[in-house]
Amino acid sequence: MFLTLRELAFARGRFALMGAVVALIAVLMVLLSGLSVGLVNDGVSGLQKLPVTSLAFERGVPTDSAFSRSVVDSAAVARWAERDGVTDAAPLGNTLVNAKSDRGTEIDLALFGVQPGSFVDPDPAQGARLGSAPHEIVVSATAIDAGLRLGDTVTLDRIGTELTVVGVLDGQHTFGHVDVGYVPLRTWQEIRAGAGPGDPVPAHAYDEITAVALRTAPGTDLAAGDEAAGTASMTLEESFGASPGYTAETATLGMIQVFLYAISALVVGAFFTVLVIQRKPEIAVLRAMGAATGYVLRDSLLQSAVLLVVSTVVGVAAGVAAGAGLSATPMPFALDLGAVGVAALLLVALGMVGAAVAVLRVTRVDPLTALGGNR
Amino acid sequence: MTTGLLLERVTLRHGDGEDETVALDDVSLHVEPGEIVAVVGPSGAGKSSLLAVAGGLTVPDAGRVVVDGVDLAGPERVRARIRRTRIGYVFQSNNLLPALTAVDQVRLPLTFGRIENPRDPVELLAEVGMEHKSGRRPHQLSGGERQRVGVARALVTRPGVLLVDEPTSALDRRRSHEVLALLAQETHEHHMATVVVTHDHDVLRHCDRVFEMIDGRLTEERPAMA
Ligand SMILES: Nc1ncnc2c1ncn2[C@@H]1O[C@H](COP(=O)(O)OP(=O)(O)OP(=O)(O)O)[C@@H](O)[C@H]1O
Ligand SMILES: [Mg+2]
Repeated sequence: MFLTLRELAFARGRFALMGAVVALIAVLMVLLSGLSVGLVNDGVSGLQKLPVTSLAFERGVPTDSAFSRSVVDSAAVARWAERDGVTDAAPLGNTLVNAKSDRGTEIDLALFGVQPGSFVDPDPAQGARLGSAPHEIVVSATAIDAGLRLGDTVTLDRIGTELTVVGVLDGQHTFGHVDVGYVPLRTWQEIRAGAGPGDPVPAHAYDEITAVALRTAPGTDLAAGDEAAGTASMTLEESFGASPGYTAETATLGMIQVFLYAISALVVGAFFTVLVIQRKPEIAVLRAMGAATGYVLRDSLLQSAVLLVVSTVVGVAAGVAAGAGLSATPMPFALDLGAVGVAALLLVALGMVGAAVAVLRVTRVDPLTALGGNR
Repeated sequence: MTTGLLLERVTLRHGDGEDETVALDDVSLHVEPGEIVAVVGPSGAGKSSLLAVAGGLTVPDAGRVVVDGVDLAGPERVRARIRRTRIGYVFQSNNLLPALTAVDQVRLPLTFGRIENPRDPVELLAEVGMEHKSGRRPHQLSGGERQRVGVARALVTRPGVLLVDEPTSALDRRRSHEVLALLAQETHEHHMATVVVTHDHDVLRHCDRVFEMIDGRLTEERPAMA
């Protein structure tokens, strides 16, 4: 402590410069963390808020396009419902559409078709649930931010179907960066078949759904259920990978974060390597005077700990402040303090690893060199 | 038990094969507590090697080194403890730590671990005549002032053996004189066994005995006071 604090104060310019680098890395890390949480929310919050444990898709569709390609016969719902361990089974439809409200707001919507009254039929925070009237829609709160109002009429592009906003859900429900709107299953089936007002609807359209939404008891044999119903089920988490772009986005951000940690550990390691090499004569003197290796190691490690903790705290604070500004913009940005905390700890821990590797050099400094002549 | 510093038939070689140099060749030396001895000799004779062995920085290839009754044969960890508690070094002036003020340089050895009955750093600094500059860092001190801080640092743990390497190489005659007088006085007052390695023949009149080192062999020259 004695030497550590005095050395920090003496070389404060050097440490401040290095601290600024670590702080900037911490800022970047907070922004990336916010961006990845924001992207996850934008990509799959509509799925996360479904009260389901698994989704049963058409057998054989690739995972990354399951929502857009899967067509399941609605008879599969009943077959799933009679399985042991399945507490709830309900049809679910999914289609992305472009629409325009009667007040001129253009909006993209992820339509979730649900049987009104089924366990996936949501309870809105404002307005009413889906009723028996066909052309109703319950939308995510984020659609209100985008300019929709309760009572608006939304007209779908191309086919011209009109939907009335009857309810608004609590919080963000998005899927593939698009606001979720719940519609009655029959309405969804007509939209999916491309049938506008007055158009004939092919009979088979009413037998087709995207997936069977399931709520199962833990340990339920899903493979046997798939066998019986002719489907391929995924857990809810697995189905996130089927959200458009989700896997690529999270993998990209994850990789950037991993690189950031590696860079920070390397930068801190390089700094302390140079510092130790520069201080070699001093370290030799300390050891010649009988300071134990542990004393010299502690001295250097404490310096790195002070450097890392102080600059990470400063950087995280600056990053959170910057993030608060970003949250107000349309950028997908959401700060999760838990995630930021874990990332900050990781930054400090990996920085310490880098410093420790560098600082181990002090054990190789020969105290004998302290006695030598002029250096 | 022998007190002071005892070297018994010490041999130290550097390198091996064709390159081998015998830095210390069968060297024996006993310095009593309260005695200050000088070692002179040409460059490369083995004077620094002698201090390294006496101070437990290297283990000799043959022979025995005993400091205050403690044998210095042992692992580095044990030798480090003996260096910390029983040996004082005065290095060259640039061996002060740049980050520390004069008084902190003297406090530093007391932070390495427990020391029985240490001397007071502030009083010690006053004793070497540096009390008015106790807040200065090495780059704000002259060569002689740095040397005096170095002496105070070596004395703070009350070592039994004091080893001094080329104390006057950076100093003018008057300063050399002051530093040596200080070393001699401390040696006599605090009963240390002191070895001063030097090129400087002016130093010799402050010493009780003078040894000459040539090609790794140590011979006693003559009583210095004569
Ligand atoms: N680490 C080493 N490896 C190989 N040879 C060494 C090493 N250290 C010293 N020597 C050799 O040992 C001999 C004694 O060296 P030492 O440093 O003890 O001399 P010295 O009397 O202190 O000389 P100077 O007055 O120049 O400081 C020299 O021949 C030197 O070349
Ligand atoms: Mg020498």
